[in-house]
Amino acid sequence: MIADDLRDLYQEVILDHNRRPRNFGPLADANRTAEGHNPLCGDRVTVYARVEDDRIQDLSFQGSGCAISTASASLMTEALKGKTVAEARHLFEGFHDLVTKGTEMDAASLGKLAALAGVREFPIRVKCATLAWHALQAAMDEQGLPIHPISTE
Amino acid sequence: MAVAFEQISPAPCPPYDLARVRADFPILGREVRGHPLIYLDTAASAQKPRIVLDAIACCYGECYANVERGVHTLSVRATEARERARGTVQRFLNAATPEEVIFLRGTTEAVNLVAGTWGRHNVGPGDEILITELEHHSNIVPWQMLCEERGAVLRVAPIDDQGDVILEEYERRLSDRTRLVAVAHVSNALGTINPVREMAELAHARGAAVLVDGAQAAPHLEVDVQALGCDFYAFSGHKVYGPSGIGVLWGRAGLLREMPPWQGGGGMIHTVTFEKSTYAPPPHRFEAGTPFIEGALGLAAALDYLTALGLPAVAAWEGELLARATERLAEVPGLRLIGTARHKAAVVSFAMDGIHPHDVGTILDRYGIAVRAGHHCAQPVMRRFGVPATTRASFGLYNTPGEVDALADGLLRVRELFG
Repeated sequence: MIADDLRDLYQEVILDHNRRPRNFGPLADANRTAEGHNPLCGDRVTVYARVEDDRIQDLSFQGSGCAISTASASLMTEALKGKTVAEARHLFEGFHDLVTKGTEMDAASLGKLAALAGVREFPIRVKCATLAWHALQAAMDEQGLPIHPISTE
Repeated sequence: MAVAFEQISPAPCPPYDLARVRADFPILGREVRGHPLIYLDTAASAQKPRIVLDAIACCYGECYANVERGVHTLSVRATEARERARGTVQRFLNAATPEEVIFLRGTTEAVNLVAGTWGRHNVGPGDEILITELEHHSNIVPWQMLCEERGAVLRVAPIDDQGDVILEEYERRLSDRTRLVAVAHVSNALGTINPVREMAELAHARGAAVLVDGAQAAPHLEVDVQALGCDFYAFSGHKVYGPSGIGVLWGRAGLLREMPPWQGGGGMIHTVTFEKSTYAPPPHRFEAGTPFIEGALGLAAALDYLTALGLPAVAAWEGELLARATERLAEVPGLRLIGTARHKAAVVSFAMDGIHPHDVGTILDRYGIAVRAGHHCAQPVMRRFGVPATTRASFGLYNTPGEVDALADGLLRVRELFG
């Protein structure tokens, strides 16, 4: 009864990360942080990162939003922990292409993030999928302090 | 048996000819994502009957010219047609004269006009403006801006858990400093129908003027501004099945005459010299620039359409849809209605446990069902009920019981998908 593209959008891994987001909550020793806000739907996410020697040593998020934005933020924290800032930016580009154009970088690099590929069939939801990523990027760009609100609108 | 049936089913209105009504709306024939469109977002903007489309096409095709400016035939015809439209609005609102009807872009512009002219003229430091907790942002922000500019105080009457304004609290917040009460006739986020007449009486007893935001009421209720006893009433064309970009401010003639102009420009003046200009009387004083001519004609066509159907019949039909929706939505596990006032327009706003409204909206859309997901430009209402957003299904005169069932079935699918 449930359409295939909806099943693709709301894959089990998405639903799971929505129900039980990983790396959720503020990071006590964060040295980079930024807030993302989508005024259209009211989604809010704050990203906390500890960056040392140009490497993301630790990463977490906190906020409220739809399943797509929550799962994307949760998967992002898992995917980027331990990556260098340059690697993180590269992965964001690949992820952005995945949810907008459907062009995939190699599956091994994307890992579980590939679960968000279904978003490309629902263009209005791209902003949900990229909210936490934009916040992280702002945190990196602005050296992250103090909290710098960004908006996807 | 027959007697008993009659007793429980009084028929106050003639049978509602739903099939004919639906045939009047060309867009209802289209499909969305492979499913017939089920449009449950009428409170955001209503779809348009063919008579409105025709009125706009006819304006451009047969009698278009600028208004109030020419002696040539087309200009005279266009001016007459627009003034007839003003008369249609006057009758629709039961206003005393057509001069009390100002054509604007919509309710938002109407509220801003009153704040910018009447407000600046009548509200000073320490004065108070009283609104309610259920207002749309367009009936909050203009007053905040005015209060900031004039050193006045914005006060807010709270609502209860059902979404009704608590009248004792409202009355308590009225004072001798209250210059204006600004209140929605019907809440867009909750559906609550406010007791505007009673609220206006209480306000007038304290010497305050009353503005009613009628954007959500005009499509659903018979509005009689004289019986309501308010001083200003605003509504938008696009919500009464008319064009977007046209709306109305009604004001009492005595108040309008005393109000300074808002925007300056052509059409609103009496004489202009470089030393001084004098202004036209209302309504033209408040209609600077070439107006939305075809919009006014389209709006009049929409009001004629509503009047011909009969607002009591429309309200009765929408009441049936609301009752069915309330009953069917109760079957959806983990669904909480936000807004359960006793007097309610055909709006169901709700939250679902563990499921964000945006996800609900996406899944329903996949089945051709259009609902609104978000804060409905009423963030204080969302805060009051402790939710970031709600899903809102709103019904119009063209919706069917089958569409209500499709909504409920769609929500059960949402539940199934999210587990």
